[in-house]
Amino acid sequence: MAKAIEGYWNDLRDTLRDTKAWRSMFRSGAGPGNLHSALSIQQNVFLHLASVKMRRRSLAFGVTWYLGTLTLATFLILTGTGILLMLYYHPSVPQAYADMKDLQFVVSAGVFLRNLHRWSAQAMVFLVFAHMFKVFYRGAYRSPREFNWVIGVVLLILTLFLSYTGYLLPWDQLAFWAITVGSNIMSAVPVLGQKVRFLMLGGNTVNANALLRFYVLHCVILPLAAAFFIAIHFWRIRKDGGLHTEKATTHE
Amino acid sequence: MSEPKPFEASVESDSRKAPVRVAFVTRRTSPQVKAHDDEFVMTWPEGLFRVAVVCEVLTIGLVLMALFWDAPLEGLADPMQTPNPAKAPWYFLGLQELLHYFPPVVGGVLIPTLVVIALIVIPYFNVNVEAEGVWSSNRRKRIQVFSVVLLALMILLIAFEVWAVLAPTVIIGAAMLLAARQSQHAGRFHRWLSSHPLSFWIMTWFLVTATLLTAIGTFFRGPGWSWVWPWSTY
Repeated sequence: MAKAIEGYWNDLRDTLRDTKAWRSMFRSGAGPGNLHSALSIQQNVFLHLASVKMRRRSLAFGVTWYLGTLTLATFLILTGTGILLMLYYHPSVPQAYADMKDLQFVVSAGVFLRNLHRWSAQAMVFLVFAHMFKVFYRGAYRSPREFNWVIGVVLLILTLFLSYTGYLLPWDQLAFWAITVGSNIMSAVPVLGQKVRFLMLGGNTVNANALLRFYVLHCVILPLAAAFFIAIHFWRIRKDGGLHTEKATTHE
Repeated sequence: MSEPKPFEASVESDSRKAPVRVAFVTRRTSPQVKAHDDEFVMTWPEGLFRVAVVCEVLTIGLVLMALFWDAPLEGLADPMQTPNPAKAPWYFLGLQELLHYFPPVVGGVLIPTLVVIALIVIPYFNVNVEAEGVWSSNRRKRIQVFSVVLLALMILLIAFEVWAVLAPTVIIGAAMLLAARQSQHAGRFHRWLSSHPLSFWIMTWFLVTATLLTAIGTFFRGPGWSWVWPWSTY
């Protein structure tokens, strides 16, 4: 019975993948062997960042704990929930806070949407750190992967900035004072500190200008920068010879 | 002609994959020596299927979290009313804790900048590509240098009264000195300790210190950044 269903399903899938429309969209069809399995990766603008084949050992859970994959997943969840939240949000004072209340009491599943965005953001910061330490302890930063490690550090900083700029947007006491504390630290930078702080906040205190700037950074500039570097980060895995699978070799 | 040549010969038995040839692997070149052949699988479906499963598990976890645990929302922002304590997001609380001990230029600017620079240059130090244990050669001299550095760091931390950094520094330093101890019948734990390179110890020190500082900043700091217990209400 199960075999019959599986056979029927495989026939259906292969018929679909052999249609003219499918082939025109995905540039690959169905057939025996690995040809079309390879084409489905290589002929796809997003998937071709990855290699067509992987080492079987690199798929074992213990090698990576899939921390990089999980970080990407949080980024995608954050993009999805973030776009939906933008539909209900005005980056102005005090409307921003009123929008939080609307999410809570007026918008269907508004609380759920904001919760999911918030917890995914915390998870992303945690996962980025975890990913970094895991890569270090595996020795996966070594040649020829040095520069991908540097891109990873850039992505770590971008993630912190993304989370930090998002922190202000609810415009509640928690947000306002967290950003005030953080931006005060920045003014301790010698010579340039005050100027950088002014540029970031659009003024000398955290006010409506700061909210607008953080909104633009959070919703446009930083996500685009992150997507740009994530693409390079993944592409470099392929170019640098796939995921690192050896344990750091120790010699007596 | 007295020194033996610095390479080892190895034999690959599978003649279909490797035609007969001799490989000379010299020491101190690269850790990228291929020790054995790897089996490859197709990314689609083997790899992507696992990726999809992992992503689904994560999504289910986060959705459950979002269903049962509400994100915090306090009152409307009021520049006239400063909460005490005013805390940064949790991932910056380690830094905020450092600001409690050091002047802002040191705790808020110098230390984070040094950490970022240190992270970036990690892979460009090719001093120990074979990941030799820190005490495996030059033992006596290294112990002397290490002891001086550790002592200087401890004096600095005591001078600034940075107990939260001093504690992990002492523990990690003690573990390293324990690893340096030579004994005839070393146990498994001791062999594990002494097999690690210096970079391992520095990163572990950083990880433990950062975790401790963040935990203290998050759970143990109350009004005026004074020490409170997590279960006490202020």
